[in-house]
Amino acid sequence: MKPTTQSILIAGGRVIDPVAKVDAPMDVFLRDGQVVEVAAPGKVRAKPAETIDARGLIVAPGFIDLHVHLREPGQGYKETIATGTAAAAAGGFTSVCCMPNTTPVLDSPEWVTWVRQPQRGAVVNVFPIAAATQASKGAVLTDFRALQRAGAVAVTDDGKPILSETTMRDALRTSAEINFPIVQHAEDTRLTQNCSMHEGASSFRLGLRGMTAAAESNIVDRDVQLAQQFNGARLHVAHLSTADALTAVRRGKRNRARVTCEITPHHFALTDADIRDYDANFKMNPPLRTLEDREALIAGLGDGTVDAIATDHAPHAQHEKIVEFERAAFGITGLETALGLAISVLHVENKIPLARIVELFTAGPARVIDLRGRGTLLHGSHADVTILDPKKRWAYDIAKTRSRSHNSPFGGRQLTGKVVATIVGGRVVYRG
Amino acid sequence: MQATKLPEKKTAARGSLLGIEQLSAGDINGILALARKLDPRKPLPLLRGKRVLLLFYEASTRTRTSFEIAAQALGSTTTLVLSSGSSIEKGESLLDTAYTLRAVGADAIVVRHPNGGAPNLMASYVDVPVINAGDGMHEHPTQALLDGYTILRHKKKLGGLNVTIVGDIYHSRVARSAVHLLSKLGAHTTLCGPPELLPEVAGTLAKDIRISRSCEEAVRGADVVMILRVQRERLSGLKISLPDYIARYQMTMARLRLAKPGALLMHPGPIIRGLELTWEVADSPQSVIVEEVHNGVPVRMAVLARALGKGT
Repeated sequence: MKPTTQSILIAGGRVIDPVAKVDAPMDVFLRDGQVVEVAAPGKVRAKPAETIDARGLIVAPGFIDLHVHLREPGQGYKETIATGTAAAAAGGFTSVCCMPNTTPVLDSPEWVTWVRQPQRGAVVNVFPIAAATQASKGAVLTDFRALQRAGAVAVTDDGKPILSETTMRDALRTSAEINFPIVQHAEDTRLTQNCSMHEGASSFRLGLRGMTAAAESNIVDRDVQLAQQFNGARLHVAHLSTADALTAVRRGKRNRARVTCEITPHHFALTDADIRDYDANFKMNPPLRTLEDREALIAGLGDGTVDAIATDHAPHAQHEKIVEFERAAFGITGLETALGLAISVLHVENKIPLARIVELFTAGPARVIDLRGRGTLLHGSHADVTILDPKKRWAYDIAKTRSRSHNSPFGGRQLTGKVVATIVGGRVVYRG
Repeated sequence: MQATKLPEKKTAARGSLLGIEQLSAGDINGILALARKLDPRKPLPLLRGKRVLLLFYEASTRTRTSFEIAAQALGSTTTLVLSSGSSIEKGESLLDTAYTLRAVGADAIVVRHPNGGAPNLMASYVDVPVINAGDGMHEHPTQALLDGYTILRHKKKLGGLNVTIVGDIYHSRVARSAVHLLSKLGAHTTLCGPPELLPEVAGTLAKDIRISRSCEEAVRGADVVMILRVQRERLSGLKISLPDYIARYQMTMARLRLAKPGALLMHPGPIIRGLELTWEVADSPQSVIVEEVHNGVPVRMAVLARALGKGT
């Protein structure tokens, strides 16, 4: 995104910036695409071109989503970079990391560059995560250095795991050499053939084959141990969904491994018991887990074990979702509902402080991929700001989504907490 | 931005039968009472002028023919659509097929499908009753109803009976429907099989379910013994040794004798003699396997009459 030369004063809001350790009423002044000043209300001297009245609102660093499927190149019928980033802006995200399971797979510097070109029409910052292996087939590693130079912020074979231990070991060794995160979709696919949901009482009742929790946690266990073998290797566990996998991450962190993890809103908001009437908008991978898993995830989000909330926004066309549950594509959209779910479930129901929720959307994900000058409102940072009303009650209307796709289980859901404005590079890209 | 019009999701049409789980004991008893009043040898024109569409994505002998005979005995016409030889082979989706059947004038759709929940999906988008004739590993509600009907021709009531189901519970839609029905009508159910075919979690399906790994223990004192086939076509990587299974779980005369005198021996079919049961057991005087098939017709007449609003 090209920064603007315009200036904006965001006045009277409660500024929450975990990096600057600020949580107080402040004015924020943006100019030339940068944060120029954060000062006590009324103390900013400069004359802004525009003033946004943020009294009663929270002013946060722009939200960062580590896990978004923008579907381009090649799957524009599901989503485009333009529509996906429009949905991101509506959800308060100023930066998104896009996943490489496109057509073709983002496994070359050329395609990474293509995704970042202005012609794609992105309205928020897009940071590609490239494929970890060629065509994400799990066999031959891609050229991490070249991908990093082209602008990729990490590598992953998301949608599939890096299953081979040898391949994962090689990936982590290179990760340590060039300080580059490996993002793992932790699933032992040898145990999940033909499975469409979590293995448990609900899958038995519905007569559907289930994925065990161990199919996830075994891989996380293995990877955390591998990461500890290479000093400096960076492992990021994508969409972590089980209590056991969280325990493995917690252990890794205690042993000073550079292990991070993200959790999706649907995994902290729903369980496998919510799969009603075979609605495939409740089908995603990893699947909705048990109540015990959900409670463990919420505890991890509160106690600091979890680094980020990431949506795993996975748009699919209606003809891929309104079909037999077992034949439906995995994944749901999530950019527009993430904040509302976080405040409703984590803050209102589970008393996690708003400042911690802001951290999970900002400083946390920025640290995972080393985004400099983002995830904070420190002087000189990029002018990426999310303004939100933490008390606003609203209902999500899928028909009005900015995404190209409609596969959300949260249609009609009452939420607390809504985005008021999203500012990217000093430009307002969304007003609620 | 213009809002997209999304396909409208409905609640299932009145008279749909998607599973036993959603029925009350009163609903079940109502269907069984109606079935007792209906007789395929005395046709009633209750459904004259109605069209029942039978949509079968999976092989079937018993269920398909008995639905056809039941519908015709009530004066309805029937049209059979098989997945092979129809536009389904060309890639038409389940919902588009359902819309097509509705458009040609289906008053009710009977569907058998290899995926659990396929009837639920159809019922959410079409405005005619959908009757589940077996969906994946989920439910086979008319089988459970005809089994309940059969038991009640020999026993006064289901409440308090000890019913033992032996075999491949995990892959069985018959077992899931039977467990719901037996539980709702107050029977004590024992499920028996090896862990691969009967996970512990099966005990959470309904209330009053006991799990046993010993065929002898499970059968002892039973009023009804129901045998299920090992569904080799659904095993999908599970390693089951058939000789071992036969040694531990095959229903033999010696095992059957542990049940109460006069206990019923049931099997939803198809039976594989020499595997889940011996030929002696299949043909024993206690066996009501053939009667079950026979009873499928009046029960399906009752289900169709209920679906098309003639159920009272």
